[in-house]
Amino acid sequence: MIQDAIWYIALTGMGLVAVGFIYVISQAGKSADAAATSKSAHTSNVLRRWLFGALLVIFVTGSYATLHRFPIPSQDASLDAKQVVDVVGQQWSWAINPATVQAGTPVEFRISSRDVNHGFAIYAPDGRIAIEAQAMPGFTNKLLYTFAAPGTYKVMCLEYCGLGHAPMTSQIQVVAARGD
Amino acid sequence: MATMTLYPDDERLAGGERTAFNLYIISSVALFVLMMLLGLTMRMSQATWLNVAPDLFYRILSMHGAGMVGTAALVTTAVMWFFLRKYVTLHLWAFVSNYVLFMIGAVCIIVAIFIDGYGGLWTFLYPLPVHAMGLWTPNAAALFMAGYLFIGVGSLLFYLDAAAGIIRKFGNLGRALGLQWLFGGSIDPNHPKTVVASTMVIIANTLGILAGAVVLVMSLVNIFFPEMALNALVAKNLIYWFGHMYINATIYMGVIAVYELLPRYSQKPYPISRPFLWSWAASCLFVIVVFPHHLLMDYAEPRWLLVMGQIVSWGAGFPVFLVTVYGALTNIYRSGMRWTMPSRLMILSVFGWAAGIVPAILDGTIRNNLVMHNTQWVPGHFHFYLLLGVLPMALALMFHVIGARANRPPNTGADRVGFPVYFIGGLIFVLAFLDAGHLSVARRMATHLPEWQFTDKVGSIGAMLVVLGMLYFAIRITSGLLKAPAGGSPRDSTANAAG
Ligand code: HEM
Ligand SMILES: [Cu+2]
Repeated sequence: MIQDAIWYIALTGMGLVAVGFIYVISQAGKSADAAATSKSAHTSNVLRRWLFGALLVIFVTGSYATLHRFPIPSQDASLDAKQVVDVVGQQWSWAINPATVQAGTPVEFRISSRDVNHGFAIYAPDGRIAIEAQAMPGFTNKLLYTFAAPGTYKVMCLEYCGLGHAPMTSQIQVVAARGD
Repeated sequence: MATMTLYPDDERLAGGERTAFNLYIISSVALFVLMMLLGLTMRMSQATWLNVAPDLFYRILSMHGAGMVGTAALVTTAVMWFFLRKYVTLHLWAFVSNYVLFMIGAVCIIVAIFIDGYGGLWTFLYPLPVHAMGLWTPNAAALFMAGYLFIGVGSLLFYLDAAAGIIRKFGNLGRALGLQWLFGGSIDPNHPKTVVASTMVIIANTLGILAGAVVLVMSLVNIFFPEMALNALVAKNLIYWFGHMYINATIYMGVIAVYELLPRYSQKPYPISRPFLWSWAASCLFVIVVFPHHLLMDYAEPRWLLVMGQIVSWGAGFPVFLVTVYGALTNIYRSGMRWTMPSRLMILSVFGWAAGIVPAILDGTIRNNLVMHNTQWVPGHFHFYLLLGVLPMALALMFHVIGARANRPPNTGADRVGFPVYFIGGLIFVLAFLDAGHLSVARRMATHLPEWQFTDKVGSIGAMLVVLGMLYFAIRITSGLLKAPAGGSPRDSTANAAG
């Protein structure tokens, strides 16, 4: 699951930073003479180039991997989805129509708001966010999502919208695909 | 070398300067403690250890957000002032006016929230402030926004005075940033890092505050003439352009303390270099154009802006890791440094910035935003570099200053206990937020699902430790500042003389 991957990447990254700090801190109390200082200044310059190279590789491959297929569908072109669901948020409820969709085929959500900004988030039956988009007054955001498994999906509001923000929930029923 | 003196003459605080500095610092530490208590209240309420009604919760959240961001700006402005005044002429009236306007603004905000019921959060995201469903009046929202305007005008005054001083000395802002040395030429080894950082902040944050002023005025007009509706997307862009720059400027002002003080404590020179100038020039550009990463889930936003938001968020890691963090670590490596409060806090601050940027970059990625946007991952990463980065930068300067009297950096037994309490509590607190984000716990919710409450409880425990640590720091610093300053002729001292 992508959240777990992100979490482990974050822990690794923060861990590496921590290891670097712990190493340097463990060395900070030692003194070095002039010769040793100039030697370690040299080493540190070489290391910095390697670090720069490593960051550059992460930057380029990471940007390419996460952007070459743009994660958000085109908002101008038709998405040609067989299932279309209209979502309208308002303080403090959701109008979702239809609220039953099929698993396995893409669903196009057209998301808007009647009053303030809301956040349309679909929580999978395991309690984790499957996908989300903002619901902004005056705009319609188009979201394309294919439900992998049937079940009851919970909708929550993920943009603070006033007193009834937390209880502003709803449901989407995802049923097994009809074999046609 | 002059910079190696722990307490150089040109940094001594005398007369009005000392009073102004003490006002800034004592107000800031008191505000931090109060705002942290509000934070703890929210965290414990999410954990169901306290029972706070949702209406009050969102007012507390508005106060905590606006109060913390404002106080971080206030205290780091004092850091910038403290060091910049050595290099350029700063007028005390500008520094004091900023303080006065800040306090007037703060009173407006406090009244708007706790008397008039404003609960539209520090981001005043249009049109929520005028769409409260009866919870607060448009007038309360207007008062809140007026408070921001006072604070913004104060910052602008201070920056204008600083810009004038810098231009008088260096000719123009580009030369102060060191742009003339980016591609060659021999860098003036005495060009102060403080001037480079201050100039960057002046440029970026002035733009941000002006954007904020535009959207505040537009929102105020809309409050009194509701038929003048705004475009919600334009308003959101402006708000985050302002908000992002305003809070990020606190890091860039705060880090000046590290540049200035670290070499004195390590007794190792920390020279200016071409990578340093590149990193500040790049950061200046990055911080101005990175804001669309707050709108990654607004699909109506032009695609190129979203792509820019992600690419620049990632790119922002380069200057931080390669220059500031790397430079600080090289500086202390085998320096024979003794650990005292200022040096401990400085290294913590660099760590907090470096480590906090990792989850920040992950969050600045469109694909990840699809499942992490507005989860507690967001407070997780920004508390990381605010609580464990910006605050320790400012605290380092405070501890440094209170050591001036004895001419020795503070390092009592109680200090040595207070520091880990703050640091370990802070780590527990931010990691609990990040884990919650990973588990899809939403941010900004008064009530949490039962399955979310484990991380709430862990976070609350961490927060209690932070509050204890900060309370101790606040008392220690306040009493240290209020004691008479060192009298007589200043003795030179170096860190090696420190106990
Ligand atoms: C003991 C220390 C602190 C505690 C217990 C604390 C607690 C909290 C909590 C519970 C939230 C709301 C989280 C949510 O959305 O569910 C929050 C939000 C926030 N905190 Fe803190 N915090 C602390 C320190 C700080 C510091 C030092 C800063 C900045 C310098 C800060 C700035 C903010 C901001 C800007 C928000 C966002 C407000 C919003 O969502 O509108 N906090 N904090
Ligand atoms: Cu909401």
